[in-house]
Amino acid sequence: MNPLSVVARTVCNLFAWFLAVFGIYVIVHGHLTPGGGFQGGAVVATFMAFLLVAHGGRKMQSWVRKELFTLMECVGLTIFISAGLLGMSNTFFFNFLAKAGGLFGSTVPLGPNPGALNTSGTIALMNLSVGLEVVGGLSMILLYMFSGVHPEEPFGREETGHDR
Amino acid sequence: MKARILFLVSILVVGGLLWSGLQAVHPFGEPNSAPMDEYFIANAQSEAAANNVVTSIVFDYRGFDTLGEGAVLFTAVISVAALFRKRGQH
Repeated sequence: MNPLSVVARTVCNLFAWFLAVFGIYVIVHGHLTPGGGFQGGAVVATFMAFLLVAHGGRKMQSWVRKELFTLMECVGLTIFISAGLLGMSNTFFFNFLAKAGGLFGSTVPLGPNPGALNTSGTIALMNLSVGLEVVGGLSMILLYMFSGVHPEEPFGREETGHDR
Repeated sequence: MKARILFLVSILVVGGLLWSGLQAVHPFGEPNSAPMDEYFIANAQSEAAANNVVTSIVFDYRGFDTLGEGAVLFTAVISVAALFRKRGQH
């Protein structure tokens, strides 16, 4: 695919970062606010979609490495399964970190409360790992699909007709 | 003509079943009380130390379900990678 015009590229360069920050917020606050790993990961993956559409597949293929996203997906899934298996002394997916002190181990007061980040045990950890997995997976899908697009006839260097 | 009559009869049958089923639905906004809901709402904060009850169900009480979702995503990525692989690589 060919890159879009310079206006579209500038706007996408700016707003892709806002999307990434919002998606990371949704992932990190998954145990406090609506959303979680899957939803926030999908939002972060739109970062890659924006840049791919704006700059074209060929340029992005040279900017990013698919191995990085493969690594993100594998590490996320491995942390998720390990967190499930580590509670195996009780049950599969037992929340062994909750209320234990240490990482994500604080207790929450019962009833309505503003919420603290360092709570909820493996739930927060699994949110982070699933977010990592979804970001890697969806970005890989986008990159692979863009590398599979072969336009029949070559166009100009940029898309023409939007702003000129 | 025969197909149209069959179509009409099947619509009437399915619509009648749907209508008779809808008569038994509880009114909107007043869900039936289920012991599972009460348990989650009462115990999610004390057991899982999570403010967000929905997340505590998704990642703690029914974590196995989320594992399946992750596996589905992983399979989707693998199949897309297999479909869009470079030519000449076997």
